[in-house]
Amino acid sequence: MDYTLEELETKARILRQDVIEATSEAGSGHPGGSLSSADLMAVLYFRVMKHDPADPQWAERDRFILSKGHAAPILYAALAESGYFPKNELLTLRKMDSNLQGHPVKGKVPGVEMSTGSLGQGLSMSCGIALAGKLDNKDYKTFCLLGDGELQSGQNWEAAMLAHQYHLNNLIAIVDRNRLQITGCTENAISLDPLPEKWKAFGWNVIVIDGHSMVQIVEAFRKAKEAEANPTVIIMNTVKGKGVSFMENNRDFHGKTCKIDEKNKAMKELECRTWPE
Amino acid sequence: MAGMKLAQRNYYGKALADLAEKDPNVVVLDADLADSTKTSEFRKAAPERFIQIGIAEQNMIGVASGLAASGKTVFASTFAVFASGRCWEQIRQAVAYPKLNVKIVATHCGISVGEDGASHQALEDIAIMRALPNMTVISPADAYEAYSATMAIAEFNGPVYMRMGRSESLTVTPDDIPFVIGKASVLREGDDVTLVGTGQMVAFCIEAAAALLEEGIDAEVVNMSTIKPLDTDTLRTSLQKTGCLVTAEEHSVIGGLGSAVAEFLAQEMPTPLEMIGTKDTFGESGTPSQLFERYKLTPADIAEAAKRVLERKKELKR
Repeated sequence: MDYTLEELETKARILRQDVIEATSEAGSGHPGGSLSSADLMAVLYFRVMKHDPADPQWAERDRFILSKGHAAPILYAALAESGYFPKNELLTLRKMDSNLQGHPVKGKVPGVEMSTGSLGQGLSMSCGIALAGKLDNKDYKTFCLLGDGELQSGQNWEAAMLAHQYHLNNLIAIVDRNRLQITGCTENAISLDPLPEKWKAFGWNVIVIDGHSMVQIVEAFRKAKEAEANPTVIIMNTVKGKGVSFMENNRDFHGKTCKIDEKNKAMKELECRTWPE
Repeated sequence: MAGMKLAQRNYYGKALADLAEKDPNVVVLDADLADSTKTSEFRKAAPERFIQIGIAEQNMIGVASGLAASGKTVFASTFAVFASGRCWEQIRQAVAYPKLNVKIVATHCGISVGEDGASHQALEDIAIMRALPNMTVISPADAYEAYSATMAIAEFNGPVYMRMGRSESLTVTPDDIPFVIGKASVLREGDDVTLVGTGQMVAFCIEAAAALLEEGIDAEVVNMSTIKPLDTDTLRTSLQKTGCLVTAEEHSVIGGLGSAVAEFLAQEMPTPLEMIGTKDTFGESGTPSQLFERYKLTPADIAEAAKRVLERKKELKR
């Protein structure tokens, strides 16, 4: 499963296309924060994580928790591209009787480890999974993707303290630092900066990267997996809506999807662009 | 043996200590109240599977969820106010919705918490917990049931909320029978009126029944130790005989046992009902017995309610 950086870039482009297709077909959903984490998801599912789409319950698998559950489209796209379910199911997103609920639901979709969507809870869940790994002497890692806006919720910091207390070096959190939440810039809502210093103060290893650089993402996970005593957070600076010019840094596309002409334009850009630019 | 004064939480602690030996899959989480909730007994028996979360109930539920998703049977304990209220939405999202094997076992329910006052007296927990889909709600009658119910919920795969008192209360059930989730028990048979109690109010119902007998009224006493799912079969059988009832709980009359019973009766067998419980109010500081008097939760209050409901039954027949 060792994809080259070029192949990972292709995967990320496919995931972005899938996000646009699925959310446009659904007519609702959250494309912006899905696109900002597309490069990360490509690296996780096609390079870093130990997992087996043919055996979603494999006891030794690495676990992925999408704390920012509204980015469900990118998780579904990564799972479908990995082979957990047929890709055409992506077009059922958010529809009645679909397994692809608006936010991920454990038990409905193979590969979805936990029901999320209510922000601020995924890191606590991930701590529980990492603790279980320690109790059972298992080698799996737990990866938790956090939105930056949700870090305004105090439960994250309760979990951050616990992860340090219990030396959860098998836990790797990733912050999708796109600096936008629904009402605007995170820093104008409740400021998160200086974010790396906050995590450092909580006892975590902190790695800051460009979340759209494949080489930096891959390198960050290599370092994170070597953590000896403490949990690691990868703060990846990203652009909300990354990959589609008119969606980039546009908070309107947090919870709004493309109309048909916008979709055609977006798909065209995603086909033509080479990655990285 | 019936008639002993024992604290439920002590028997919860005993049960956890036994589970520590019996089931290597059990993990216990504490939010800095282990000595009060008696999860300290588990810590003694299996320290490696006892996880201190600190004063962070929301995180406790998230961690419980992750452990359960990884195959553990998780007990998470704190006071009922915090166990149900502080982290209600975490329970909804991380435990009830994904139907995970987490047992939220709360001590210090109701006004019998006493001197700590209203901030620590949970009178709404049954209401908010039973409103959650997939959630089972249990309120054992006494210390023996606290033990047997703990063993039963450890065997049961799914989310459970169980509430227990702080103080000692009279035992009313045998100490050697297994607990059956969803099954009420008839502790005293009678023909005139049914007294349906939960938690330590069951003991008060038995006391009320004895007082009523002196006035020639033959009351049946039902121990409704599972509030959800409600044992409607036992209720129906008893009410077909008596035709009227009193519910008694150390909880608000809004949303608790009385409400659950009323929801069933109003739709399926309208029956005169009186509810004993707190009346849309917070508690306050005082001794448990002073507070039972003030909030009208005594055996005498139950007996008075029984007489009122008997009158209503008679009026219906006229």
